[in-house]
Amino acid sequence: MRSPMRELPPRARAYVLAVVAVACVLVGVAAMGYRGSLRELLAFTTLFGVASYFATETGRSISVHVGFIVALASVAVIGPRGAGVVGLACFFARVPFAKRVFNAGQLALAGLAASVAFSLVMGGDVHGRALTEAWVPQVLLAAVAASIVYYAVNLSLVAGVLTLTTGLSLRRVWAGSLSPIIVAYVGYGLLGLLMAVLYLDLGMLAALLFLAPLLVARAAFANYAQLRETYDSTVRALVHAVETKDYYTRGHSERVARVTELIAREWGMREDRVQVIRIAGMLHDVGKLGVPTKILQKQGKLSQVEFEAIKLHPLRGYEMLCEIDFLTEALSGVYHHHERLDGRGYPMGLSDADIPEFARIIMVADAFDSMTSTRSYRLAKTVDDAIAELRRCEQVQFDPKVVDCLVAAVEKHGWQPHAEPFHGEKVTKEGEAIDSPVPVISTKQGLVAVLPPEAEGERRAEGS
Amino acid sequence: MRKAASGALARRAVLFAGFLTGFAGFALTVRGGVPQLQVAVSFAVLVLVGELLRVNLPGDRDASPIGGAAALAYSLLVVLDNGVRAEHGVSTVVAVVFVAGVASALIHEALQRDARSTDLARRILATAAAAAAFRLVLLGSSLEHVAVGRRADQPLLAMAIAALVGIAVDFGLSAAVDATSKRAPFFPILRNEVTAQAPLALATAATGVLMALSVRVMGLWALLVFCVPLLVTQFSFRRFASISTTYRQTIRALSRVTEVGGYVEPGHARRVMTLSVAVGREFGLTDADLLDLEYAALMHDIGQLSLADPIPRGSTLTVAPSERRRIAELGAEVIRSTGTLDRVAHIVREQASPYRKMRENADADVPLAARIVKACSAYDDLVSTSREARGTRASWDALERLRMGMAFEYDPRVVEALTQVLQKNGDL
Repeated sequence: MRSPMRELPPRARAYVLAVVAVACVLVGVAAMGYRGSLRELLAFTTLFGVASYFATETGRSISVHVGFIVALASVAVIGPRGAGVVGLACFFARVPFAKRVFNAGQLALAGLAASVAFSLVMGGDVHGRALTEAWVPQVLLAAVAASIVYYAVNLSLVAGVLTLTTGLSLRRVWAGSLSPIIVAYVGYGLLGLLMAVLYLDLGMLAALLFLAPLLVARAAFANYAQLRETYDSTVRALVHAVETKDYYTRGHSERVARVTELIAREWGMREDRVQVIRIAGMLHDVGKLGVPTKILQKQGKLSQVEFEAIKLHPLRGYEMLCEIDFLTEALSGVYHHHERLDGRGYPMGLSDADIPEFARIIMVADAFDSMTSTRSYRLAKTVDDAIAELRRCEQVQFDPKVVDCLVAAVEKHGWQPHAEPFHGEKVTKEGEAIDSPVPVISTKQGLVAVLPPEAEGERRAEGS
Repeated sequence: MRKAASGALARRAVLFAGFLTGFAGFALTVRGGVPQLQVAVSFAVLVLVGELLRVNLPGDRDASPIGGAAALAYSLLVVLDNGVRAEHGVSTVVAVVFVAGVASALIHEALQRDARSTDLARRILATAAAAAAFRLVLLGSSLEHVAVGRRADQPLLAMAIAALVGIAVDFGLSAAVDATSKRAPFFPILRNEVTAQAPLALATAATGVLMALSVRVMGLWALLVFCVPLLVTQFSFRRFASISTTYRQTIRALSRVTEVGGYVEPGHARRVMTLSVAVGREFGLTDADLLDLEYAALMHDIGQLSLADPIPRGSTLTVAPSERRRIAELGAEVIRSTGTLDRVAHIVREQASPYRKMRENADADVPLAARIVKACSAYDDLVSTSREARGTRASWDALERLRMGMAFEYDPRVVEALTQVLQKNGDL
């Protein structure tokens, strides 16, 4: 029984035990004076237990908290003397033992606190049938107050345990979890009140009918969250399959997706657009598949014809992805990610403001990852060198504002460059790396290619 | 060609019956007048709003939970607020849904959206069935004697049964229309319909019953109040539908990598997918199995990506069985690495196995989907590489080749089903 608790750090264990002990004492003392119907108490406790049992953890994704609604309904129906007892039923959730004990304790406390807040606004212990005679705006206000208090107690106690187990500062845990969600919880509070009114006027069956659409909604949200995760891993796997054609670009797409996401957040993009551009970053080179392998892997300078073939890849990618509605806005990013601000890029030769926002971001992310990873013709640059190089090419090739965002993001989150040892046997054996038309200098980091701005564009076309 | 006509026939029959019923209800109501006009108008407005806020579900299904709940609630309404008896009959219910439905169809049309008139006809028939079951059969003459008053009990059981009748009619009609338009057997389609729609339909029905129950205590505010949980439900379904659509479109798009890379004939994956799904329907596969089959058919050649150079003309028919096996293994590995498509990976791996393997070894687990993909892929390769001009002749030749490999390479039942599908499509 005890062993699961041992997995917690000692301070967290003490905290959990303290919360549970306080909850048991307070709820027990309150329940001593409970004079209401036992059946009612049992019904709501069971309902809360069932809701907890079937609750699925959806992480940070959007969902409906049916348990919260039931808890708030019991605050209105049962009052402060029994509302804590209802919270204890969270013990029946399907989570590890330690978590169940803690949740039971903290939700009992939350229920107790919420019903006290409810009573304060109502000016006395008004619950159950008495509510139907009360002044409606006052009841609504009491429900709002109760839901805010419930949410606040719940969040504070959980933040405490998170701080003790993860070692993050309390402020960071709070900032991470406190968000506009509180509005949703006020909504749940009102739904809970509605459920209470239905129960009082029409009986338990009506209250259960009321929960039906919400339960269905929760299931749909859970499916949504699951498929969303699946989506990412599926795209990643398929992109990996495409990348097997070229050893040196392995993992490139995924890293570009990550840099793209960082830049986009720094750029201040809305969350849904960040997701779109991240997937676009992942898929930006998918059209490479239409370029014959021998051109992609060719060492040394490309002939005009070969370069023309490579220049087709944004178009191939666009053609392939154009039927994915979700990516509509990002298609421009895939299609134009080899344009340059000075208009000397491809496929359209757009310049400055004509280049779509998504493309300007993806091209910087693409160049940054290409430079910081090892290629068949050169070693990886350090992050600082790569940024210096980007700075040198801004105005001409890249949008300075995007580069600013990249620099800020890298400072904030750091960047682990993908600098594997030079793997190309061919290169060292044949000495092609040295013969390549790109000047190479030897530094402490090893061989580093020094590319003039024009050549960088071409080499990126080849290698990225 | 005759089959195609019958597909439209079932749809037309539902349309005709729906609008006839709707019009009859409307005519009767106009002649008899509308009792408690304010109530009827409120419900009509809610049906209209609900129909305008339709939600698209995966698999080209459409639902309007709020419209459905409002229509059902009006069918089941017995007591108004303050204990007044609801006087309306079945014809008024039908008329309300008909008028609101036609108005919403016109608005959809004006906004250049699909008016979905078959869905509307279905809604009219289902509501008529629920209302008739409740007001004429279950309560019948006792409807007059249902105790009214503020605290009176309402006929809950009858309400629940009538709601289920409505759902049953809705599902039955929808499956009939679907089965004929997809040219697939009725019962598997019905089962798919039920698994896909039951949660939403039950949520809608529960809310409809609740609305009807609580008008007594809340008055017509109940209509507004109970839209809230349904709106949440609708929102959740919309999110789910959009991510499923994206997922599907992405797999379709990315399955084209083999074509773009020049590994297979253009359109091969797509054609094999269409054929395989049609054959799968012949076997009455569930929606979930059909989706796996669709993904497996789209990605069955993805293993070729690991070949340095494309096979000439992309057909795996011309390579040695061991090589074919290896390509399938590689493809399955790619698909397995997605972490969630294990069943699809299994299908792709086994589509290289000859049917013989199953007969020789009872333990060999060659799924039906794999046998379908194998036969359909071979058929498409044969047709597109046929020396004959494309058309009936090439199709017959290709089938002939498959028949020669039957029982050895290909599952005879799959080839039989494929033949039927091709006949229905008019390819033979």
